[in-house]
Amino acid sequence: MEPVSTFAAQAAALPIENIDTDQIIPASYLKVTDKAGLAEGLFSNWRYNADGTLNADFVLNRPESADARILIAGNNFGCGSSREHAPWALIGYGFKAIISTYFADIFCNNALKNGLLPITVDTETYYQLVSMCEEDPSTTLTVDLENQTVILPEGQQVSFPIDGFAKYCLLNGVDQLGFLQQQEEAIAAFEASHSQPVATISPA
Amino acid sequence: MHPRTLFDKVWAAHEVRPQQADTPAVLYIDLHLVHEVTSPQAFTMLRERGLQVRRPDRTLATMDHSTPTTPRNSLGIIPVTDGQAAAQLDRLRKNCADFGIPLFELGSANQGIVHVIGPEQGLTQPGMTIVCGDSHTSTHGAFGALAFGIGTSEVGHVLATQCLIQNRPQTCAVRVNGRLQTGVSAKDIILAIIAKIGVGGGTGYVFEYMGEAIRALSMEERMTICNMSIEGGARAGMVAPDDTTFEYIAGRPFAPQGADWEAAVARWHTLPTDEGAVYDRVIELDATTLTPMITYGTNPGMGMPIDGVVPSPDEMSDPSARTTLDKALKYMDLQPGQPLLGHPVDVVFLGSCTNSRISDLRQAARLMQGQKVAPGVRMMVVPGSQQVKAQAEREGLDAIFKEAGAEWREAGCSMCIAMNGDQLAPGQYAVSTSNRNFEGRQGKGGRTFLASPLTAVATAINGKVTDVREMLTEPVGV
Repeated sequence: MEPVSTFAAQAAALPIENIDTDQIIPASYLKVTDKAGLAEGLFSNWRYNADGTLNADFVLNRPESADARILIAGNNFGCGSSREHAPWALIGYGFKAIISTYFADIFCNNALKNGLLPITVDTETYYQLVSMCEEDPSTTLTVDLENQTVILPEGQQVSFPIDGFAKYCLLNGVDQLGFLQQQEEAIAAFEASHSQPVATISPA
Repeated sequence: MHPRTLFDKVWAAHEVRPQQADTPAVLYIDLHLVHEVTSPQAFTMLRERGLQVRRPDRTLATMDHSTPTTPRNSLGIIPVTDGQAAAQLDRLRKNCADFGIPLFELGSANQGIVHVIGPEQGLTQPGMTIVCGDSHTSTHGAFGALAFGIGTSEVGHVLATQCLIQNRPQTCAVRVNGRLQTGVSAKDIILAIIAKIGVGGGTGYVFEYMGEAIRALSMEERMTICNMSIEGGARAGMVAPDDTTFEYIAGRPFAPQGADWEAAVARWHTLPTDEGAVYDRVIELDATTLTPMITYGTNPGMGMPIDGVVPSPDEMSDPSARTTLDKALKYMDLQPGQPLLGHPVDVVFLGSCTNSRISDLRQAARLMQGQKVAPGVRMMVVPGSQQVKAQAEREGLDAIFKEAGAEWREAGCSMCIAMNGDQLAPGQYAVSTSNRNFEGRQGKGGRTFLASPLTAVATAINGKVTDVREMLTEPVGV
């Protein structure tokens, strides 16, 4: 995984609450065995008309938002299914961060493991950002992970929380599996001291 | 000792390494369930890094999400005509063979929806940690297990190390007081809870369902409730184990036997929350005044009593909430103030990990007996597993559904996730016993009303949304 640090990017607003992972990437795109091509399915129910043409009204299809790499979305973004295809599709499309008032649990975990930043802000900041993007679609935000701040065009700084361990992994471009593998001794000790409730290979 | 909740006890018993200032906890996983859709990329990661599956004996795979539910051919085989789905199923077969993981294959006697087969086989037991790359893993919490859905990266973590990195969630007691009235079911309890707290209301919490109404429920009804914990945003839902739990597990293929059984029950008796233990939050619901519930919108929190009317976006003070409801009603083609009772439907879907177990089918069949599905309505009955299907056929339930004009299908997720060809056409309305009414969830442009199996059958008979209480004079037992 590439380390994540400070970046500046254009933002687009999708001010809808409870955007579920079925909207981010519908189930019909999940019949793959790799991560390729998922960006095509991103928001496909909204991005495309029934005949498959682009829906010109959808924010990401507007020419002025073509370069958006930060998405501002309503609360509880990523609710629903556990599909990691959702962050894969967002990243495949080019997004580097999502800003919302809060994120669904599993989506947040999945995003952090793939270098997509879930940035939580308060409601007031959220509405401020939505208005800014709607008034000026070229609005560019700077995200500084090290200092956990979003810097607005006029210099206003908004801090955001992030899990310390996830931040360490993102800044250093290391994945979390490595940490688990380092726990081998403790895992083996746990297994030796706990009896197994079930064995799936042969019924008791 | 400090009084502890059920959750506290299960969490503590699985901490390989406790949470520290700069690192989350490392939690040991007792049982890992795997299916075809969310696992291939995890196995690819194992191969790329030259890793093995640490505990194939704590892992079980099945095929459910993309599998057809169409009838078997003359050779007894369920044909997979979708090339992409077939390739995904082949990949799971190969991954299981290469890494030594037991697999309940499509067409085999034990195949079924992953959250139906775990309990059915006796693999799901109190006090365990259970994960699967599927958000409805919360189902297994009905047994007093800590069970939750994970992403594919985490599927890889568990395959490689049998552990997960976890931040400790908060606890929330969900107390359901009193007893349900005739025609009101477990599905209505959970739809009412989600309508009350909203789809994000439980984020960061593990729910523990308790109270008289929960104690009175069967295991399968408790599974229906825990199943939809995720629709309230909770990481997991749990119910303390009791005699109902033990009776359900006893004698199942993977259940402890003989002296092991006695020891297990003794251990399980220590799991319920201690007197005086404190929850971070408490939610209460009165079961006695509960009615059948139905959803009108595009998330499971947009639910109301079946005799209610669709709310108005104008009543919403928050602009974002107003836009969201307005968008949902446009998608559903419903008007504020409109009742749903009497609304025509095109399809009735009875199935999914929420409501496809034998008790759901028995209850539905008893109401369906001697009745017909209304002309122009398609009713699909999709058993949760091959075991459920076989049991239903032994009891003659399939005949009741078929005589009524419903389709009797093979086991799988089917129209709940609609990735196997079982789907709504654009604009169609369905009453569905599944768990999600998101835009396009049951087919692009399809419109879903979530409800209980009883409401589904009553609606199928009348061809329009129906209050099942009008058709019942006495409880429909299971």
